[in-house]
Amino acid sequence: MEFLNAIVALSNYVLVPALAYGSQLALGALGVTLIYGILRFSNFAHGDTMAFGTMITILMTWWMQSVGIGLGPLPTALLALPFGIAGCAAMVLLTDRVVYRFYRAQKVKPVILVIVSMGVMFVMNGLVRFVIGPGDQRFADGERFIITALDFRMMTGLKEGLAIKTTQGITLVTAVIVVGVLFWFLTHTRTGKSMRAYSDNEDLALLSGINPERVVLVTWLIVAALATVAGTLYGLDKSFKPFTYFQLLLPIFASAIVGGLGSPLGAIAGGFVIAFSEVTITYAWKKVLVYLMPESLEPSGLVQLMSTDYKFAVSFVILLIVLLFRPTGLFRGKAV
Amino acid sequence: MIKVDDLHKHFGGFRAVDGASLEIAEGTITGLIGPNGAGKTTLFNVIAGVLPPTSGRVTMAGEDITGLPPHVLFGKGLLRTFQIAHEFTSMTVRENLMMVPGDQAGERIWNTWFGRRRIAEQERALQAKADEVLEFLTIDHLRDEKAGNLSGGQKKLLELGRTMMVDARIVFLDEVGAGVNRTLLNMLGDAIVQLNRERGYTFVVIEHDMDFIERLCDPVICMAEGKVLAEGTLAEIKANEQVIEAYLGTGLKNKGMVEA
Repeated sequence: MEFLNAIVALSNYVLVPALAYGSQLALGALGVTLIYGILRFSNFAHGDTMAFGTMITILMTWWMQSVGIGLGPLPTALLALPFGIAGCAAMVLLTDRVVYRFYRAQKVKPVILVIVSMGVMFVMNGLVRFVIGPGDQRFADGERFIITALDFRMMTGLKEGLAIKTTQGITLVTAVIVVGVLFWFLTHTRTGKSMRAYSDNEDLALLSGINPERVVLVTWLIVAALATVAGTLYGLDKSFKPFTYFQLLLPIFASAIVGGLGSPLGAIAGGFVIAFSEVTITYAWKKVLVYLMPESLEPSGLVQLMSTDYKFAVSFVILLIVLLFRPTGLFRGKAV
Repeated sequence: MIKVDDLHKHFGGFRAVDGASLEIAEGTITGLIGPNGAGKTTLFNVIAGVLPPTSGRVTMAGEDITGLPPHVLFGKGLLRTFQIAHEFTSMTVRENLMMVPGDQAGERIWNTWFGRRRIAEQERALQAKADEVLEFLTIDHLRDEKAGNLSGGQKKLLELGRTMMVDARIVFLDEVGAGVNRTLLNMLGDAIVQLNRERGYTFVVIEHDMDFIERLCDPVICMAEGKVLAEGTLAEIKANEQVIEAYLGTGLKNKGMVEA
C-alpha cells in the first residue's frame, strides 16, 4: 500500500506534469530543429512565433465563446486552433518575404541570420504585447479534469490522489498525432523527401532541380503549425503570458540541441529529457519518500534539490553535459 | 549549344575565371583540362548557376542563362556533377535517384492529401526508371543501401546515374574519374559514350587522366589562370607549346627523358 501510494504521488507530481511539459517542449523544439536543418540558422524568434500563433488562437477562442460556439467538455481553443495556425503562417511567411528572403539571396552567414531573427523576435514580442497586453490571459474552458484527486482516491481507496487535467490529456494526444503526421510527411511524401534532401545536402538538392523557395515555404508552414500547437497547448495547460513564451525559448533550444540540432527525432527525445530533469530536480521529494522509507528515516525537510526558480538552470546544465560528451547531440544532428 | 562570352569570376582580388570565352558544340564530348587552380570548376559553378559571375554572359542555345539559379537550369536540361561526389546520405541509392526529376505530383501539398493515386503511379514509374539506371550502371545490387555507405567510385556512378533520371541536354562532369579504379573508370567511359550516342547528351568533362580524355573527348579545351589557352583535338593540344608550358609540363623534356 505504501509503495502504491508512493507511485501515485510520483505520477501525480512528476510523471504526468513532465509528460505534458515534455510534449510541449518537443513540439517547440521540432520547429526550431526544422528551421535549423533547412534554413540553417537558430531561430530566436521561435518563442514569440509561438506566442503570436497562440494569441490569434486566444482571440478566436474569445470570439467563439462570446457567440456560444464550443466543444462541450473540450476546450474551445481546439476549434480556434486552425485559425491560429493560419494567422501564424501568414505572419511567418510575411516575415520571410520581407526579412529573411533578402538575407537568403545574399547568402549571408548563419550567424547574421541568428541576429536578424533576434530582431524579428523583438518585433513579434512587441506586437503580441501590443495586441493582447502583457498580462496573464486565461482562455481555457470546458471540463477541467479527466480525473480529479478526490475521484481517484474514492475509486482506489488509496491515500494519495492522482489528478489528470484535461489539458494534460489533450496535450499528450495532440502531440502524438502531430508528431505522427509530421514523420509520415517527412518520410513518405515527395515534399517531405525534398525537405530532407535539402537539409542533407543543399548544393546537391539545388542541382537536382529542387526549388529552394518551395522547400522554404513548406518549412515555414509546418513550423507555424508546430509553433501554434505547442504554444496553445502550453497556454491551456498553464496560462498565456507573452513574456513566458519568450522565456520558453531557453528550454526549447536546450531540447533541440540536446537531441541534436536538425534531427526531428532528437528534438522529441530532447524535449522529454529536459522536461523530466527540470521537473524531477525541482520537485520536493518528501511526499514520495515518506511512503517509501521506514518511519525513523523519514526526511524532515522538503528534499527539494533546487527551487523551481532555477529550473532553467537545470536545462542548461544538461545542455552543457551533453555538448561536452556528445557535441552533435543524442541523435547525431549537425555540429553546432 | 553553350556559349560563354568573356566570363569573369573574381573572389576579392583573386581572378578565378578571368575572361574565359568558349563554345560547346551540341552532341560533342568536350574535354576541359588545365592545371589545378586554372578555374575549371569555378567555370562549371558559374555556368551551372551555383556562383553568380562577376561579368560576362552565358547562353544556352541562344538563350541568355547568365546567373539563373541551379534548379531553373536543371529544368532546362543543364546538369552537373561534383568533383567530390555528393549524395543524400540518409536515403537509399534508389531514393537518391528518385529525388531527381523535378515537379513531381507529390510536391504539391494538395496532392499529398487528395492525389494519392497519381503520386503512386508516378512513384512506380520513377522506381522502374531508377532500377533501369542502376542496372545500366551495374550497381543494382546496391539499390537499397544507404547512399552514405557507398565507396567513392560507386558514389561517382551514382552521380552519373542522377543525370540519367531526366532528359538532360548537356551534362557537366567534374572529375568523374578522380579516385576511381581502372575498371570502374572504363565502365564510366563506356556509359558516357553510350549516353552521348544513344540519348544525345552533350558532355563537358573535366579530367586529369589523359588516357580517359583521349578515349572520350573531341574537342579538348585547355584552361590556365582563368583563361582559355588552347582548343582543338587532343593531339593539337598536346603539341601546343603554351599548353606544355602551363600544364603538361616540360619536366620530362628537360631531363632528357623524351626527345624534344
